[in-house]
This record gives sequence, C-alpha cells and structure tokens, in this order.
Amino acid sequence: MVGIVSYGTYIPQYRIKLADIASAWKKDPQEVVGSLGIEEKSVPGTDEDAVSIALEAALQSLTAFRGKPTDIEALFVGSESHPYAVNPTSTIVGELLGAGHNYLAADLEFACKAGTAGMQAIAGLIAAGQVRVGLAIGADTAQSKPHDALEYTSAAAGVAYVLGKERILAKLLAYTSFSSDTPDFWRRDGIRYPSHAGRFTGEPAYFAHVVGAATRLLVQTHMKPGDFDYCVFHMPNGKFPRDVARRLGFSKEQLSASLTVDYIGNPYAASSMLGLASVLDIARAGEKIFMVSYGSGAGSDAFIWETTSELPRVVEIRKKRSELVTQQIIKKRYVDYVGYLKQTHKI
Amino acid sequence: MHIYISGAATTKFGELWGVSPRQLAGEAVSKALKNAGTDSRRIEALFVGNMLSGILGGQEHLGAFFAEELGIRAPACKIEGACASGGLALHNAVNSVLSGQYNTVVVLGVEKMTDHKPEDVATALMGAGSEEERAAGATFPGLYAILACAHMKAYGTTREELAAVAVKNHYHASLNPNAQFHTRLTIDQVMKSSRIADPLRLLDCSPISDGASAIVVTSKKSTRGIIVAASCVATDSLGLARRKSLTELAATKEAGKKAYAIAGVAPRDIDAAEVHDCFTIAEILAMEDLGFFPKGKAAGAIAAGETSLGTSGRLIVNPSGGLKGCGHPVGATGVKQVVEIVEQLRGRAGARQADHAKVGLAHNVGGSGATAVVHILKK
Repeated sequence: MVGIVSYGTYIPQYRIKLADIASAWKKDPQEVVGSLGIEEKSVPGTDEDAVSIALEAALQSLTAFRGKPTDIEALFVGSESHPYAVNPTSTIVGELLGAGHNYLAADLEFACKAGTAGMQAIAGLIAAGQVRVGLAIGADTAQSKPHDALEYTSAAAGVAYVLGKERILAKLLAYTSFSSDTPDFWRRDGIRYPSHAGRFTGEPAYFAHVVGAATRLLVQTHMKPGDFDYCVFHMPNGKFPRDVARRLGFSKEQLSASLTVDYIGNPYAASSMLGLASVLDIARAGEKIFMVSYGSGAGSDAFIWETTSELPRVVEIRKKRSELVTQQIIKKRYVDYVGYLKQTHKI
Repeated sequence: MHIYISGAATTKFGELWGVSPRQLAGEAVSKALKNAGTDSRRIEALFVGNMLSGILGGQEHLGAFFAEELGIRAPACKIEGACASGGLALHNAVNSVLSGQYNTVVVLGVEKMTDHKPEDVATALMGAGSEEERAAGATFPGLYAILACAHMKAYGTTREELAAVAVKNHYHASLNPNAQFHTRLTIDQVMKSSRIADPLRLLDCSPISDGASAIVVTSKKSTRGIIVAASCVATDSLGLARRKSLTELAATKEAGKKAYAIAGVAPRDIDAAEVHDCFTIAEILAMEDLGFFPKGKAAGAIAAGETSLGTSGRLIVNPSGGLKGCGHPVGATGVKQVVEIVEQLRGRAGARQADHAKVGLAHNVGGSGATAVVHILKK
C-alpha cells in the first residue's frame, strides 16, 4: 500500500503580529485579529524563497528516511511562488538533495493545493509501479500586496512528504479530487501580487470545493466523520477550516491539532500539508486522519490516512532535532512592519 | 385618469454568483407578467432601471439587451439615477402611460454587483458622487457618516439608535424569503461590528447585492390593480458641500411634499413605507424628511419599535427588510420597494404583512440625496 515514509517541515523563524500590520494601515487591530482568527504569521528571511524553503523541508524529510536521496524517482514541488517562471524549482531541490539524475521532476502550480496535487500524482505513480519512492513538496513565500486583505494571512513555510510502499508511517487508504473553473483568486504572468474576488472566495470557492471533495471521499469509502481521529483542512484564515469542519460534521477536537494557521498564518501550498504534519507529530499508531486541501481556481484534494507503528520512530527523530511543528512554531523572532516589508522585498 | 400596477415581482436578492443579469431579468419580468395576467406581446415599452452595467459590465445598451432577452419587441431604454435608477424608471414609465403614448409598459430594475471585486464596486458607486467628493477619495459610507455625525450633533441621536434601524430591518428581512439576510441582529452585534466610517459600522451599511424586480404599469383598471397615486422626483446638489443642511435630504422633503399633495394624503395616512436605508442614518433622515416624525424624533421612535412589524405601530417601515436586510442591488432597489408596497396593499406579504395596509409609500434615493423619488400607492 502507498503511504508516507517520512516527512519534513520548515517554518521560517520570523513572525509579524497582525496587530502591527493593522496599525500600519490605521485599522483596528482587535477587529482584524478577531475577524481572521489569527494573531501572527510567519515571514521569510530576506534570503529565503520557495526553493530554499522547499529544500529545508526536503532535507528534514530525509533525516528519518531509511533510504538514500538517489532512491527518489519522482520529485514534485507545488508552489505559487516559484522564483522562476521558467526553470524548475524541483531540479534545484533535487540537485541539492543529491537525488542524482534518474528521477521525474516537475513544478506544480494550483494555488494552495499545488503540493497536495503532487502527493496524489506521486501516489498514483507508485501505485502504478512506475516509481518506488517519490518526494512531494509544498512550499511558498506567499505573496500579498501591501494593504490587501491577504497581507494579514499570507505566510511562508514548506512541507515535504516522502511517499513509498515500504516502512510507511501512514497508509494512504483513499484519495480523490474535486475541480472546477472558479476564478476566485489569480495572478497573471508577470504580475507581482495575486488578485482575489473578495467574498466570492468563500461559499462558491473554498466551501463548495472542500465540501465537494470531502463528501465525494466519504461516499466513496462509506465512512463518516465520526470514523476519524483527526481532520485537516486548508487554512486560508482561522475561520474557514473551523466552519467547514463543523458543516461536515467533524468536532473541534478532531480539528484542533491541525490548526497551524492560528500561529503562522497561511503558507499557501504548504498549509494543509503542514496541518497534516502537525497531526502526525502527535498521532498514535492506528489512527485515521481525514484531510482536504483547497486551491483557488479551483479544486480540492482529499485524502484518508491511517498511521502505523512506524510513526513514533519518525516523530522521535523529529523531536530530538527540534523539528516538530510545535517546536518550530515557538522558535520565533518578531519583526516590525518595516522589517517585514524589507524581508519580503517590498521596499 | 388612474395609473395602475397590475403585476409586480422580484427575484431573491443576495450574492447570486451562479445567476446572470439576463437570468435575473427573465425571472423578474416573467413573474411580473404572470402576476399581471398578461404576456410580453402586450408590452408597449420597457424601462430598465440600472446604474452599473456600463462601468462594471461594459454593457451600455440595456434597453435592447433586455428587450431581446425578454422577447419584448417595443421601445426600450435604460434609466439611470444612481441608486434611484429603479424609482426613476418607474417614474418615467408612469409618465409615459399618463401621456397616452402607451397603455401597458414594463419597468425592470436590475443590478449584478457581486461578479466584481468589492473595491471596483465601491469605486463604481462613487460615480454617483460629486467631482470634489471623488477627488477627495470619499466613499458613500464616508458621506453618510458625515450626515450621521451632523444628526447626532444636532439632535443627540445615539449610536444605539442607529443600530436599532439595522436590528429592525434584519428582523423584517428574516420574514422575507427573497431577502439577502435572514439573520436577526442585536444592538450589541451592530455596535461591535467592524468600523467602516465612524460612526457607521459594517452592520449600519447595506450590502453589495444582485437582484432584479419588475412591475407592469398600465392604464387598464383591474381587480388586482394598485393605483399609483403619485410619482414624484426632486433633485438636489450632487455633493454634500453645496447643501444648506446636513441633517436632512432636501430632495426627499420636496419629492415627498409633492407626492402627498398629488395623492391627496398626509404622512399619517401611510400604513406601510419602504424607505431608502442604504445606511442606518438614511432611514432616520427619511422618516423625518417624509414627515413621519418631527426632526430629531425619528431615531428614538424607531428604537422604541414604533415602526416595527409585530408592534402596535401604525406605520410599518421597510417590511421587506429594506436595503439593509433585503439587500441593495442598486438599480433594482427602487423597483423592489414598490413591489413590496404592492404586496402589502394586496395583503399578500405573508409573515411580514402590515395590518390593514391601504396606502403605501416608496422612497428611493440616488447618491447622498441628489435624487429622491417618492411613489404613493393606494388600494
């Protein structure tokens, strides 16, 4: 059975408080924090981009991997902040990992679900027998225009999952996808910042697709929310994942471990993948996890995972190296708004 | 000679992302024609009330656009007067029948706003402002906030009294299946909602909406026909800077005064009124400018429930939920207000029916009061 062999996460250490962004624009900080449900977000260092963040996550994912980098036969990087329009992030990361040359590399773009699209594609290649081990990465230094509503949530992080069939820590029991042409959020080639359609990003976009994918997977597997120990949803803000979990019938307890958005904001392609990692960091063997990503444009990928007895070994390694999601969340340095603008190269 | 409304209908108002302007118009007009017991072949002219089709949708030939969609082969034109476009379209329709040019015409009010980015909609709406206001970066929440501040200073109107308007109108909207909002509010929720333009908060403001409403206007008397007893328009300066007073909308006063005289009624005769509550302060101004309450007394009366459904109030105001609760697709609003009054006078308003409604008033405002349209309807 295909599953997760190991995983790595990387959250830049810099944070900015949403209150500081709000104050810069003469907004009421309490109103902003209250409406989004987020206190602070991660900020990339001045020398960090989607490549370096993807690499950091990938390097971490290999520390618990019992194989060699050259075992990787497929390497997909999902991001909406690939530094190059033409020149793949995936080959830069593969080269720096020492993956050799005998692998399929591709950069994926599908807004915030580009990373999970890679997970599904690699899972399919493995199941088909085309490759034995693949590396799926979601990494972003999320763009947002100063003074845009996105500025309060767009964050930076990367997550890498080594997928394979042997010594897996979480079995991929089932997966599905749900897609449509729904232009809720976009960025034209050559344009620096994304545009979005305000409230249209909610009901007809996020909720329609997350619920669509979730419902399809539950029907396909004849399972119900109560069958799961945890659930994970894409986290564009603090409210949407809580709302969609409630609508689908999941409890706060099933959701709470995944809510990295409360601490670091929305790192776009890494968002739901980081939520899954946060759950894996605390899960025990034999627990089931329901996961749905969302990418604007629009689509959702849904997964059902079941952890195995291999998980504690990997988590222990992560813990010793201070790589658990919670450990990375609390390792932080605050920057002020001007520092944030400088580090994200806006000034 | 009497002018009658023989058919009236509205679509649901709200964020109708899956519905096109053509579909909205088709639904509203087909329902209105059915309500009137007629069909499109008998329609002699089409008046379309709309504000934003050109600036947002790139379509400036709405008369022909909707005539084609509706299968109406008759003269058709767009009437524009900002948020009073719907009321102005009805005014022109009434005059066209009064003149004897036509016997039966259709008024369509329609607006599709949610397909566009909020900042683009806000900019487009400022097309209704003066050059000075636009150059200064003002928005309509800002302009009505100026009016609210002036009213609060002059009459001691409180923040809670402003909130009471939204609470009442959301309550009424909760009884209206076609309303955008069915959520009832509390004073506290309004007071704690996001600040938009001090003292106005988010829940003091009408929403961005989609919707269409249609009316069949005719010279032919029928058992279901509602009489258009008066249709009056007044115009004031485009911007606030040239107004003599910021605690009243002079255009509303003038249009109302003319309408009462033509209809032969007084404010005390009105049983149900739809007034232009684009912001909570706007309903307070309207209640005073239309003569329902003395200056400075409307806010307290509204807060005391004197104009709410389910109370002993003689006059029910905004039973549809108003712009605040029912939604505000700007070109459709003025027509929807009249549709609601027709429903009230026919006794067909269901859970939001005002008791013994015989005379109704609809009040539609363009911009910050540059245009005001008042219609008085009788059974």
